[in-house]
Amino acid sequence: MTEMIIMAGGAGVSPVVFQLAIFVLAIFVGYFVVWAVTPALHTPLMAVTNAISSVIIVGALVAVSTAATSSSGGGSINLSSGLGFVATLLCAVNIFGGFLVTQRMLSMYKKKG
Amino acid sequence: MHFEMTSNLAAILYMVSGVLFILSLHGLSSPASSRRGNVFGMIGIAIAIITTMLFFSISGTGLIMLLVALAIGGSIGAFIAKKIPMTDMPQLVAGFHSLVGMAAVCVAIAAFFAPASFGIGEVGNIHGVSLLELSLGAAIGAITFSGSVIAFAKLNGNMSGVPITFKGQHLANLLLGLGIAMLIGILMKSGGDNQNVFLAIVGIAFLLGFLLIIPIGGADMPVVISMLNSYSGWAAAALGFTLGNVALIVTGALVGSSGAILSYIMCKAMNRSFISVILGGFGAEATTSGGEKEQRPIKRGSAEDAAFIMKNASKVIIVPGYGLAVAQAQHATREMADKLKEEGVDVVYAIHPVAGRMPGHMNVLLAEANVPYDEVFELEDINSEFANAEVAFVIGANDVTNPAAKTDPESPIYGMPILDVDKATTVLFVKRSLSAGYAGIDNDLFYADGTMMLLADAKKMVEDIIKAL
Repeated sequence: MTEMIIMAGGAGVSPVVFQLAIFVLAIFVGYFVVWAVTPALHTPLMAVTNAISSVIIVGALVAVSTAATSSSGGGSINLSSGLGFVATLLCAVNIFGGFLVTQRMLSMYKKKG
Repeated sequence: MHFEMTSNLAAILYMVSGVLFILSLHGLSSPASSRRGNVFGMIGIAIAIITTMLFFSISGTGLIMLLVALAIGGSIGAFIAKKIPMTDMPQLVAGFHSLVGMAAVCVAIAAFFAPASFGIGEVGNIHGVSLLELSLGAAIGAITFSGSVIAFAKLNGNMSGVPITFKGQHLANLLLGLGIAMLIGILMKSGGDNQNVFLAIVGIAFLLGFLLIIPIGGADMPVVISMLNSYSGWAAAALGFTLGNVALIVTGALVGSSGAILSYIMCKAMNRSFISVILGGFGAEATTSGGEKEQRPIKRGSAEDAAFIMKNASKVIIVPGYGLAVAQAQHATREMADKLKEEGVDVVYAIHPVAGRMPGHMNVLLAEANVPYDEVFELEDINSEFANAEVAFVIGANDVTNPAAKTDPESPIYGMPILDVDKATTVLFVKRSLSAGYAGIDNDLFYADGTMMLLADAKKMVEDIIKAL
């Protein structure tokens, strides 16, 4: 009986499967949310999805952090942290550019009168 | 008080930023809520960045690198966002996609060479699943990058929009795709101790992205940008699995499905199947007609005629197309509409989904010209209204009004949903010349009884009409 409860609680299930569950559910959320977007705002939608997909910057930051934690070089800039630097920079262009251009577009949408 | 960022707290904060991203897209369901949605998105990404900085306690050299990268990248991004003309949004978005793709490639390679920091194993002994995720993230990212660079070049006019095709193209792409799959298999078997295999995957994917987009013609670009939008999402999701990061997984799924839905909407609006767009070549044989065409009589009108007809109408529907933006006539058109409204005419706008060069592009261009969004209607909402309108004022649009899409099964655009402008009492058609449209098809509407052709540059014609009003 306790075993059953533990299984229902997810013990022994690989974390990847949990991540997959989140992923699949998020696709459904995305499906419904995006269909609800008014066609008039499809261009801002693309600009903002572009900005948020730059959350890949979290991966870039982990790569940058290897500069400080690398045991061999003691804070030297290795290949990974260098790539992390480049990725952070590219994501920053996207995040600032994407959100600001979206804001600029959205501020133009006005009602009658 | 000592503050410690535990894994659980970090996971919860990443979830919060994922929820904020959902809310930011949800805000776009109406212009009124959209600005708040955008702010949610900004907060979401700020939370994700700060959480990561604290959790990995980035300090010293790493912190300096991070701040420098943020400052440089942020300034470039802010500058571009401020300066870019709205007509250039398609190439801007394509350009931004290429950056996401490149960032994904960089992160994947970094993780491959420093797996311990990413918690996915040791150099030469990376977990099998992680290798799969890394390879997919890197490959999709690379395809997004090179594909977007080509899309940018085509949209920006650095490269002709004419499809580039060669014999055996599809076979070549198929083989490259299979090659990537095979190399991923080899990599997973070896536990990731063969760096060359990983770099080969990235290299082939770059080539594949390039080859996938060069055969696609200018007319299909709205589908291509949407598709690349989707790819950038899937690349982010793949890396989200590697990092076990909920924010990244959720965002990847949202962006991936968003791009896929937009591609679907664009394909439907052009009555093209997704497969035929991907296979490319559309627009290659666009200019075969000519010469032998019989000269048919048209009714030609002046700006004064147009002003007279519209002033005496009770309802005018303006149908703008991309030609309007090319002629920079948005502002003049809005002025004309204002004048007509002063005369007591009901003026609204009808927009076809592919009126611009990307989804929703024409709406942005009209919004920029201060056209209120509640005067702008989508195809399915306005099509029944043309029968009640005295005048349909078509400016810079052509194929999206062509009745051949309904009547001529031989026509390349047969089956494409069109705006029923021919239902209006009079059609005023502003056009530079009588040449065929983007898809290279003659338009019977030019010769119809109820049509008056206003042959001139769009901006000049509208300005003349304003003077005559």
